[in-house]
Order: sequence, then C-alpha cells, then structure tokens
Amino acid sequence: MTYQVNEKGFYGKFGGAYIPEMLYPNIESLRNQYLEIIAKPEFQRDFNALLSDYVGRPTPLYFSKNMSAQYNCKLYLKREDLNHTGAHKINNTIGQILLARYLGKEKIIAETGAGQHGVATATVCALMNMDCIVYMGKVDTERQQANVARMRMLGAKVVAVTSGSQTLKDATNEAMRHWINHPEDTHYIIGSVVGPHPYPDMVARFQSVISKEIKSQLLKKEGRENPDAVIACVGGGSNAAGGFYHFLENQSVRLIAAEAAGLGVSTGKSAATTALGKDGILHGSRTLLMQTDDGQVIEPYSISAGLDYPGIGAMHAHLFDSRRADFYAITDEEAMESGLALSATEGIIPAIETAHALSVLDKVNFKPQDIVVIILSGRGDKDLETYSQYLNDKEAKR
Amino acid sequence: MRIQKTFEKGNVLTIYFTAGYPKLEDTMPILIALQEAGTDIVEIGMPFSDPIADGETIQESSKIALENGMHIEKLFTQLKNMRPQIHIPVFLMGYLNPVMQFGIENFLAQAQACGVDGLILPDLPLDIYEQDFRELFEKYNMANVFLISPLTSEQRIKKADSLSSGFLYVLSDSATTGKTSDQSFSKKQVEYFERVRALNLKNPLQIGFGISQRKDFEAALQYAEGAIIGSAFIRHIAKSQNLSVDIQTFVQKIKQTVLS
Repeated sequence: MTYQVNEKGFYGKFGGAYIPEMLYPNIESLRNQYLEIIAKPEFQRDFNALLSDYVGRPTPLYFSKNMSAQYNCKLYLKREDLNHTGAHKINNTIGQILLARYLGKEKIIAETGAGQHGVATATVCALMNMDCIVYMGKVDTERQQANVARMRMLGAKVVAVTSGSQTLKDATNEAMRHWINHPEDTHYIIGSVVGPHPYPDMVARFQSVISKEIKSQLLKKEGRENPDAVIACVGGGSNAAGGFYHFLENQSVRLIAAEAAGLGVSTGKSAATTALGKDGILHGSRTLLMQTDDGQVIEPYSISAGLDYPGIGAMHAHLFDSRRADFYAITDEEAMESGLALSATEGIIPAIETAHALSVLDKVNFKPQDIVVIILSGRGDKDLETYSQYLNDKEAKR
Repeated sequence: MRIQKTFEKGNVLTIYFTAGYPKLEDTMPILIALQEAGTDIVEIGMPFSDPIADGETIQESSKIALENGMHIEKLFTQLKNMRPQIHIPVFLMGYLNPVMQFGIENFLAQAQACGVDGLILPDLPLDIYEQDFRELFEKYNMANVFLISPLTSEQRIKKADSLSSGFLYVLSDSATTGKTSDQSFSKKQVEYFERVRALNLKNPLQIGFGISQRKDFEAALQYAEGAIIGSAFIRHIAKSQNLSVDIQTFVQKIKQTVLS
C-alpha cells in the first residue's frame, strides 16, 4: 500500500479533480507540468536558495528538555514558527510563485482564513513583483485585522468575502470563482493540501522540506533518521503533510494528527473532520467533509481560525481511513492550556493551531526512549489577544 | 424522445431556475408557468451551500432555497406528479456532493420515476462518469449533459460530446453564471462557436452563461440549436408578486421576434 498520490490524483478513494469545466484547462496544465517544473535544476536551485536565505531554513529541530522530562520521552520541536512570516505556510508560497512564473502567469490569487497564508502569499508576491489578490471571509477580516494590515502593506488587495458564512470555505469559493473568470493570466496559490489534484500533492511536496530536514537533523542528534512518532495539527493539513511526508511509507514511524474539537466533538461547535465528516466533495476534492444528511457543507467552529475548515486534505482522509495515522480531537480549552504551558516551560509562544498538536502529549503515553517530533507550525503573535482574553477569563473565574 | 422532438422544432429556449426559490413551494408553479409561456426545456437547479461555478444571483437564490428548506428528497416530492401535466423536457442541474449523499442510484431511480429527462452536474469529471456512472445513467434512461468552455481542447470537446446525451452545454465564456455585457458575443466567442459547430458533433448545442435578453438569445441561435437563460430569469422573478404573469412576460419577450 502506498500513501502517496496515484497517477490519477487519488489517495485511496480520496482526492481527484471534481471541478467544473471552466477550471479544467488550468488544472490540466498544472497537472501536466508541475512535476517536470519542480524537478528542473534551476527551479530547485531558486527554491532552495530562497528557503535558506529568505525564509531562514533549515529551521531548528529543538530538543525540548523541560517538556521531555515532564512527559518522560525524548521530545523535539520542529521550529517552523521561526520561518519568515511566522509559520510553515511560506514554504508552499515560495514554491508556487516560482511555479507560476514557469507557467507564464502574471497575477496571483489566494484564499486565507486566519491570514497566515494570505500574508505568506502577499510576501512572495511583493518579492517577485506580482499582482496579488487575497480573498478572506469578512468575519475573518474583522477578527484578524493585524494580518489584513500586513497584507496591505505588502501590496496585496484584500477582498472581504460576504457570500455564504463569510469564512475560509467561502473565501476559497470566491478565489475559485475569480480563477474561473480569469483563467489565462492568473495562478491560484492554494494554501493547504486541499483542492483538486494536483494541489494536494504539489503543496505536500513543497512542505515536505519539513520532514526532509527532520531526517538529517535527527541523524546528527540521535544517530537515526526516523523518530518513533511525528505529531502535527490538521486543518486542511499542510504542515502535517510536510511533517509526515518522508515517513509515510515507514510504518515504524507513528503519525499522529490533532484536529480541532472546538467546544467538543458532540457540541455542534467543532471542526473535528475525521470524527464528524463523511465521504463527500468540496473544492474539487473527494474527502471527508462535515456536512448535513442532504450534503450541504457545515460551517465548522474552532478557536483557531486556521483549523476551521469543513474538509481535510485528501491525503489525511486516506491516512485516517487506512489507519496509517491516529487522529485526536483537541478542544479549545486543551489547546489553550497547552499553548500557555509551552510558553511557560520552554519560552516559546505557539500559534493556537500549533497548540492543538501539543495537547496530544496529554493523551498518548510514550516510552522514555521514544523520540517524538512535534511540528511547531507557527508562532503565537497573531493570537495574543485570544490568549490574553483566555487568561483574563480564567482569572475572573477564580 | 421528448428531448429529440424539442430540438427538431429548433430555436430552443431553455430556462434555469433554483428549486425552492423564491418560496419553497414555488417549484411546480414556476415549472407550469414556464411551460405555458412557451419555454422549450427547463433546468431545475438543486441548491448547494458552496456553488463555485455560480455568480451572485444563483448563489443568493441557492442560499434562500436552502434556508426555505429545499433538499433533494423534497424536490422529488414536488416533482412526483409533474407528468403528464408537464410535457416539455425537464433536467436537474446541481453539484455532485448532494447527489452523492443521496446515493447516485437512488437519485437516478427517483428522478426517472418523476419523469426527469436528464442531469447536468458540472463538477462530475468525464472520466469518473465514464468509469462509474455511465452504466447507471443508461439503466435509468437518464440523459447526461457535459459542459465545454472556450478553453476546452478539440479532443476533449469530442469526448464530452460522445459521453453526453440530450444536448451539449456550450459555455459562452470562461466565467461564472450571471455575467452580462452590452454586446452579445465578441469576435473571439463567435470564432469559438463556429469552431465547435464545424466539429459536427452528435448532440444539439445549447449556449449558456451570459445569456440574459432577446438579442443574446437570437445571436446564440445563429450558432446553436438553443440557448439557456438562468440568472436573468431568477433576477426577474426575485420580487415577483404574480409568478405566472411575470414569467409569461419574460419568456415572450425573449421569444417574440424569433417566432415572428
């Protein structure tokens, strides 16, 4: 069994390209060219140079001494939060903007939820001097104003999406509509391992630098390439896809995904897609999807805007279905406590998305000799207000 | 048979509307009024929460229809007794996910039982249809219509034609639904229509997307057997106090010069 995409664009039964005809020519051209372009020595040279000099890679693999003692295992943090723009998102946007130039595209569009992918896209567009439009749900523009300001400083036009529920899924719909209407000069930089094939595979490849570095870093530190477990949070799932990538076929590496349970899986206020979703089709991909019995998409909820997507990357749907990866649903409160704990014990303030991955340590027992890598996907600057509010509420309850 | 006969008459006007809009129980009254006004084919839209191929008008009508409580089972209940009162061809159009959740075979069986002639599912890929769905569609005698756009390759147009039955849906432009312009078609669009025409495809052609008024309809008929109007019709009935009168006016305005 392979966990990689097959030649038709599927991971098991998930994936594919369920798109209206108007998107077909662009998706087809991408599908026919992406592997060839990515493999070009010039592409690799430019990609690697930007990752090292502009993004700041390789990111450290940090042995977390204090938390290792607390959880009685060997705990490493893969510091994607130290990337330029504060998260793993830029690994993908650097790759896709280089690709867009090979495809002869002049304009870039993107969707964003919390604004991290929007900022990462606006950043590379500024760098490459390309026009950039970022679609963002109106509700999200209001709760993530700092990122809206960043994108505007970087020269991007931020369009507040007022259709549907005015959040990430609607921003994605609107970006797709824009692409339908401007197919010839525009490339759409999707921010996660979602959407029609070849996006999930393409984004996973650009993010796979995470697990590639883990292997060489662990070899130096521990004398072995493979950890016993890799833990990552999953919304669409791009940091998890990158963190799992080079370990997918190695069954000795346990893969663990943390989903956002929101207020709790059965409260109706949740984003735990594998727990609540059913086989369905959204944004051109067959995947697990939170939906009503009638097949209408349900708006998810999580305290972290980056995890409230009603679907999940097709690769992850397959990892769940085939039981290759274990999925844990982490509530808002569990994640907030883990975020505060990491801040206090290691001096690292994680994004709330990332904090969900840390909460897995409270749910899984590892052995003292186990090497566990947690993908620390982003930093918590954007979440300070939410953290302070949480602390205030907590103190008020005492 | 119904579809074939309709295209034999020529100058086919197809009108799309969203089931359950403006009110939940408007589906049948609109269908009846459209037939009485002289519409040749009707496409009934099944609303979906995330309609990526649609512009604002159909997004809005879909949203309201869902809020009204429309869903596929409800739609089949509404259409259960439409034959023989409705004698024109009726297609159902929508996104794949709700159909998939209903169960494709169950869906086809119920559609057939209602007397539905065919389906249009724009996000159903050609190869998936060919592999997994085609036999079932044939089993339930359900026509299936694929879409082509100005950027679709000749080879793919031929494939879409070979897998379609009823008609081929020729998108006037690479666009979402509901775009309008002063000039009916640009030179580039006309060249594309002529290119498609010259392929001598097996299916009649219907031009859709961006058709909103009589002059667009007339222009389309120079290159195709029919044309499809959706958003313009939905805008027309959005605030209607008298559906049958307003529908009569709309359809006659589109058809009058063509018929005279």
